[in-house]
Amino acid sequence: MSENSFKRFLSDAGDMTGFVLRFFRELFKPKQEWRELLRQCYYVGYNSLSLVGITAFIMGLVLTIQSRPTLVEFGAEAWLPKMISVSLVREIAPVITALICAGKVGSGIGAELGSMKVTEQIDAMDVSGTNPFKYLVVTRVMATTLMLPVLAVIADAIALYGGYLGANIKGVVSWELYWTQVFDALSYSDLLPAFIKTYFFGFAIGIVGCYKGFNSNKGTEGVGRSANTAVVVASLAVFLIDLIAVQIADLLGFT
Amino acid sequence: MESVISIQHLSKSFGNNEVLKDFKLEVFKGENVVVLGKSGSGKSVLIKCIIGLISPDQGSIHVLDQDVLHLDTDEMDLMRVKVGFLFQSNALYDSMSVRENLEFPLRRHGKDLSPDEMDKAVKEALESVGLAHTEYMMPAELSGGMKKRIAIARTLILKPEIILYDEPTTGLDPITGKEISELILEIQKVYKTSSVIISHDMHCVKIVANRIVMLIDGKCYADGTYEELEASDDERIKQFFD
Ligand SMILES: Nc1ncnc2c1ncn2[C@@H]1O[C@H](COP(=O)(O)OP(=O)(O)OP(=O)(O)O)[C@@H](O)[C@H]1O
Ligand SMILES: [Mg+2]
Repeated sequence: MSENSFKRFLSDAGDMTGFVLRFFRELFKPKQEWRELLRQCYYVGYNSLSLVGITAFIMGLVLTIQSRPTLVEFGAEAWLPKMISVSLVREIAPVITALICAGKVGSGIGAELGSMKVTEQIDAMDVSGTNPFKYLVVTRVMATTLMLPVLAVIADAIALYGGYLGANIKGVVSWELYWTQVFDALSYSDLLPAFIKTYFFGFAIGIVGCYKGFNSNKGTEGVGRSANTAVVVASLAVFLIDLIAVQIADLLGFT
Repeated sequence: MESVISIQHLSKSFGNNEVLKDFKLEVFKGENVVVLGKSGSGKSVLIKCIIGLISPDQGSIHVLDQDVLHLDTDEMDLMRVKVGFLFQSNALYDSMSVRENLEFPLRRHGKDLSPDEMDKAVKEALESVGLAHTEYMMPAELSGGMKKRIAIARTLILKPEIILYDEPTTGLDPITGKEISELILEIQKVYKTSSVIISHDMHCVKIVANRIVMLIDGKCYADGTYEELEASDDERIKQFFD
């Protein structure tokens, strides 16, 4: 890495930290934008639900089909529901949901705020008695933070349903037996860390999208770049958070 | 005459780029002052300082006897009700219809209007720019000239005492540009506003200007009526009139 790009990276990281701090300062300032928050929650859910659902279903199905041969080899076919439910709920469903939202919602936020920035719409809000940071950034970040766990839970359910179908392609597992095994396998220590980390995924996706959009450069090219880097950085952030989350969960004894 | 905007010793730089250097400007009640300058000379920076979107490095700005540089958020909002701003790129909210665009400043400035009063205010603003039929259209469906008119209507809806126009005719064809210039004159008469108009379009300047201030090298280079400046021998002033 050349010295220049390293410097740019550091100053970008500094700006980003400043942006996050500003978010928390503005979050508690008076005049909350409840209506706008609801609208954004609706958009986040509505925009990604079908994609999250389809992907989760396929992941559940495919994971089951591919895990079977290995388990059969060890004569442990009966463990199939247990094994896939733990992988799906602890790791695959939350991460897939977050990546899809990073691609769909993160880029959308980056592009929308970016184009609002370059066409002076953000300044126009400012002169119309509106704090643009609260109206645009706080509502969007809160919306992704609150909605990602909801989407992840839906993804869990759909992925497990996919797993049920997958288990029945070659073998036979009754509906009752499948779900009994799934819930037997899952304990609080599987669910809780997986659920909590999705809040952080949501926060990262929202804040990165807003940061990139809010700091867009002039011109339509700048808007494209904001949308693009928002996806890249948000996806990377998701994996980093995942890595940190697993260590923390481990330290706290959630294994 | 009563002064509505008074700017003294205004300086602003971005990094090493000194945009404004000791700039001064006085606007009196009821007059249209044009600030004339080349592209990139800092005209937009100047009026964004007036409305508090950019904070200058030095100098003082008084608008309607209030010190813009020392207002808290609430006082700033009150000042911005009285001072309208027309953005160079119109800044219409893409995601909202024309009607919602016009209602936005009314709602957000906490004017408690009944639905009927709101409706009346929107219709009146749209009629004064001659576009009553566009109420339910989206900004993307409007032509450049129509967008500019809607942006003007959104500024007018708060009945401001001062309007700041950032290049109102740039990017429009000469005929539409002339219509917008005439609209600005009409607004001055009907709404009794004082205005600062940023421009480098001499056709527009000729129509709307009561007085012209030239912004060159970050300073107020010349100040006079259209005729006075047109008759000047100074090379840098003459450039604009060729
Ligand atoms: N936010 C900013 N950060 C850094 N530099 C800026 C910023 N805003 C303006 N500038 C610089 O200030 C100078 C003046 O810009 P400004 O937009 O005021 O020009 P202008 O006179 O309005 O030109 P135009 O007629 O093209 O609109 C330019 O050199 C620009 O690069
Ligand atoms: Mg400009």
